Amino acid sequence: MMQLACPWCGMRDEPEFVCGGTTHIVRPPPDASDQQWGDYLFFRDNPKGVLYERWRHTYGCGQWFNTSRNTVTHEVLCVYGICEPAP
Amino acid sequence: MTPLRPTVGQPLERPDPFILREMNSKYSALSLLKGAFSGQRQWTPAWRDATPKSSYDVLIVGGGGHGLATAYYLAKNHGITNVAVLERGWIGGGNTGRNTTVVRSNYLYPQSAQLYDFSLKLYEGLSQALNFNIMLSQRGMVTLAHSRHDLEVMSRWANAMRMTGVDADLLRREQLGTMVPALDMSSHARYPVLGGFVQARGGTARHDAVAWGYSRAASMLGVDIVQNCEVQAFVAKNGKVAGVDTNLGRIHSKQIGIAVAGHSSVLAKLAGFRLPVTSYALQAMVSEPVKPVLDTVVLSPATGAYVSQSDKGEIVIGAGLDPFASYAQRGSFSVMQSTIAGTLELFPSFGRVPILRQWAGTVDIVHDSSPIIGPTPVGGLYINCGWGTGGFKAIPVGGWTFAHVLATGRNHELAVPFQLDRFVTGQLIDEAAGSGISH
Repeated sequence: MMQLACPWCGMRDEPEFVCGGTTHIVRPPPDASDQQWGDYLFFRDNPKGVLYERWRHTYGCGQWFNTSRNTVTHEVLCVYGICEPAP
Repeated sequence: MTPLRPTVGQPLERPDPFILREMNSKYSALSLLKGAFSGQRQWTPAWRDATPKSSYDVLIVGGGGHGLATAYYLAKNHGITNVAVLERGWIGGGNTGRNTTVVRSNYLYPQSAQLYDFSLKLYEGLSQALNFNIMLSQRGMVTLAHSRHDLEVMSRWANAMRMTGVDADLLRREQLGTMVPALDMSSHARYPVLGGFVQARGGTARHDAVAWGYSRAASMLGVDIVQNCEVQAFVAKNGKVAGVDTNLGRIHSKQIGIAVAGHSSVLAKLAGFRLPVTSYALQAMVSEPVKPVLDTVVLSPATGAYVSQSDKGEIVIGAGLDPFASYAQRGSFSVMQSTIAGTLELFPSFGRVPILRQWAGTVDIVHDSSPIIGPTPVGGLYINCGWGTGGFKAIPVGGWTFAHVLATGRNHELAVPFQLDRFVTGQLIDEAAGSGISH
């Protein structure tokens, strides 16, 4: 089973977490075009390889955090704070 | 966009004796009988494993069901036979060979119902059309209701289907007890079955046969099926696609279709655009073969159970998606556990049957769980993707409509609502909420 290291609780099994998908997506300004808004809502890089994504330790401390994870091997490469930039 | 000139009636560029021999070997009871006198030694390979030429009228990237069906309908419906299907691995080795083989058209919205029912109708005549037994078994697709709210949702759903001309019949609890005797109908059932509905025309088809049937029929019409050929880059000229670079060298074509399911974003990146797609692992598993115990397909949206029994006797169990992005082609243990738990609550007797195999495919999930069949931002480049967890049932219509846009440059009328621009205009066809399937 995949395990993730919650920054507050340590290593836990994946079912304790909820994946929030791609992280570092910037919300466009209020006057954004339909194209920009559609891009923000729906279009993703969806990489085969390293993906920067956010997780919530829902069935634990309830805190959000960021990870970079390989989508082929499922190896978690690093864990960092929800407000920190991608390393 | 300039429509391609049909090449029907023109001789093949390479008169290949193999094709002629193939064409003479129509599968029939008579050919089987004849073979009995010669030790069945007359059989030739079902389709031609081709080496690619330097250019084609149309290239299809992806030798799964959708790619192969597209090639067949390009040749059959549009007379375009100078076509190659490029497959990175072996044909039908991706999601086409990894699904639970269920075919159905039980969708909520009229656009989807029309699309998927066209597919089911093509499946109904496919064995004859391809001269290849796809073992279609219309054993019925039963959906279970476990609460009063489920019952209300299902009567709306079944009525919506009937209004679009798709068959659906509501079932009472007693009827279900008779139809599916293995269900736990006892008073202490954790998920009591209160009712449900059946699409009697739903059922299963042999997935490998669908891939091979389309391959053989396309190959006979002159299509090149190229295995172990990975597209590594797109060649562009004046903003339009001009060919692909592969591990077998450059192949030129001004009309290219991508049908690669979970790898759609990877190919789109090579061509320089993004898609509203996330790739997830979807797993399934089979038990060891047992005697006949279940003669319909049963889906229980509330418990996540999606069960049928194969002709070989295996209990086939489809699971939900892994809840995180993945290209791994293996499903997570926690999803397997919850799927089996849900299945055993409904079918307690299956608890003594050992699981034989478990696997996963990489599926292309879009936000509204509806497909994308049409042009991309790159001229001459088209895409068929977004079928998510339900691609197998859609192979015939995916191929039919994708061939139409590749051949004519215009979307097929069934595919008009299923365009990439709906993610900008907001005209989503939200089957994620509508059809109750967890995709």
